[in-house]
Amino acid sequence: MKPRRFNMRSLILNTGSSLLLPLLVLFSLFLLLRGHDEPGGGFIGGLVAAAAVALKLFAEDYKAARDMLRVHPLQLVGIGLVLAAVASLPPLFVGESFFTAQWWSLDLPIFGELKLSTPLLFDIGVFLGVIGTVLTVVFTLAEAEHS
Amino acid sequence: MDLEVLVALPIIIPLLLGALSLTVLSNHSAQRWLGAIGTALLLLCSVWLLLHTREVGIQVLEVGSWPAPFGIVLVSDMLGAIMVVLASITGFATALYSLKTVRKRFERFGYYPLLHLLLAGVNGAFLTGDIFNLYVWFEVLLVASFALLILGGERAQMEGAIKYVTLNLLSSALFLTAIGLTYGLVGTLNMADIAVKMASLEDQKMVTVIASLFLIAFAIKAAAFPLFFWLPASYHTPQVAVSAIFAGLLTKVGVYALYRVFTLIFTADTGFTHEILLWIAIFTMLTGVLGAAAQFEVRRILSFHIISQIGYMILGLALFTPLALIGGVFYIMHHIIVKANLFLVAGLMYRLGGSFELKKLGGLYRNHPGLAVLFLIPALSLAGVPPLSGFFAKFILIKAGVEASAWWAVGVALLVGLLTLFSMIKIWNEAFWKASPEPNPAVPAPTRNALLYWTIGLLAAMTVCIGLFAQPIYQMAEMAAAQLLNPAGYIEAVLGGTTP
Repeated sequence: MKPRRFNMRSLILNTGSSLLLPLLVLFSLFLLLRGHDEPGGGFIGGLVAAAAVALKLFAEDYKAARDMLRVHPLQLVGIGLVLAAVASLPPLFVGESFFTAQWWSLDLPIFGELKLSTPLLFDIGVFLGVIGTVLTVVFTLAEAEHS
Repeated sequence: MDLEVLVALPIIIPLLLGALSLTVLSNHSAQRWLGAIGTALLLLCSVWLLLHTREVGIQVLEVGSWPAPFGIVLVSDMLGAIMVVLASITGFATALYSLKTVRKRFERFGYYPLLHLLLAGVNGAFLTGDIFNLYVWFEVLLVASFALLILGGERAQMEGAIKYVTLNLLSSALFLTAIGLTYGLVGTLNMADIAVKMASLEDQKMVTVIASLFLIAFAIKAAAFPLFFWLPASYHTPQVAVSAIFAGLLTKVGVYALYRVFTLIFTADTGFTHEILLWIAIFTMLTGVLGAAAQFEVRRILSFHIISQIGYMILGLALFTPLALIGGVFYIMHHIIVKANLFLVAGLMYRLGGSFELKKLGGLYRNHPGLAVLFLIPALSLAGVPPLSGFFAKFILIKAGVEASAWWAVGVALLVGLLTLFSMIKIWNEAFWKASPEPNPAVPAPTRNALLYWTIGLLAAMTVCIGLFAQPIYQMAEMAAAQLLNPAGYIEAVLGGTTP
């Protein structure tokens, strides 16, 4: 029996995805930043961002999705983990215990107050880590399909 | 910035290194450098932590400044610090050995990041003062070990990995159940706090039930009798460097956990729990060594010997006298270095002799006398021949057994020592002494083994040093045992800091 090719290329999905993609990416960033004080955060944001890339994969093909990401997803995991680990270090320089949350607030002229913190850095690390992990799985499956 | 952060370094360094080497996944030389230099850095920090702990006493770090019974604490007492140093030594030796032995294919699949992750998990387990955090570190190191175990994807590896994964998941489930019951009973996860609250409970029956659950969970992880068969089924299948670090460290994390909870938390009913431990120890020693006698593949023989040696370590805990605990800690120190080294030697035997099967090996003494000497040092040490490290380890334990009149345990320990010697002589006779089975085995003997020789020589030198300079090592073991027998010190170090 000839294996059935996995082909979902359709005009509707293709057009729709090019509209949806930027929205999904924006939404994932929104979730990431919202996680600061309200429900959201790096994990769920990362899942949404990974879904955006997966959508690209379904609408176009494996190569397009890989090109969109530019780096190997495992490298993304590595970068995320480095950020998360580095987030534990700043308190040491102000004489506080390891992993204590540090907050810096910046006053920007137009936007008002901008709150930066080590939890945010940690969350960005989680965000990248989740994108990398999910896409490693998705790409591995797609690669098996591809060849 | 004060020295408190030292306690976190053995965990954060391998985590950072693992993450960094993931970002350079396709750059092989960068990964190797990160592996070698990073583990060397880790070793330096661990030694510093040990010296600091020996000097100043138990070190406590409240992660994120959350105070003790609520947040997670990292605690470095003598036992924990010693274990971290041993883990770092093994990690460093493995990283050096991997430089020449691990193929590029495995490096692409993330060999080095996994190695770092494994070390982070092991060190985390040794340093945490929170029972649930201990579970998390166990999972971290298990996940890394699952992946390392099946790198290469051969049939035998998969078969071994299934047994390994299944039994370890069972053990994790039991561990988690025990944690849940503990939390239900005393409402805290901080080990020092658990110890205080458990001791003040009126109904001690539930405590004994929980103790038994922990006992089973950790005994599986330590590959103690009767649930040890995952170990000989899987340890001989992966890369030699992976086997070495598994053999040196993983089961010892289980032993460490037993030492921790059965000296800190569950000491009320030692008549029950430690009696069980004693029989587990005796049967573990016996089955391991008898299993080894039936094997003719170098790595399988060595795997079975891990089990029998685990018995000795548990024996130290089971007797629960000061001398026995000293012996147990000493035994762990000696064993980790010797066992990792024997696996590394086995790897070199394979490179030079072309096989792991004793039948196909031979003539190694004639062709590679240096390797023969480097095999004899850890092998005789394992069997307990003076003046090597194993002699003192066994001597202290057996003396403690005699003092405690545990005659069965003493008899079995002596007999197992003899059978271990028999096993090592078997390898010697077959692989080194007898003539090569074929006149000229058509194995392209790989050149450039200098680094491997150096690694093995380094570990062998440590074995000799532990034997020749046993006194300072003994003193460290004595301090560790004193802290274990007096949990009040640990509890005060962890909880005392909260009230200003």
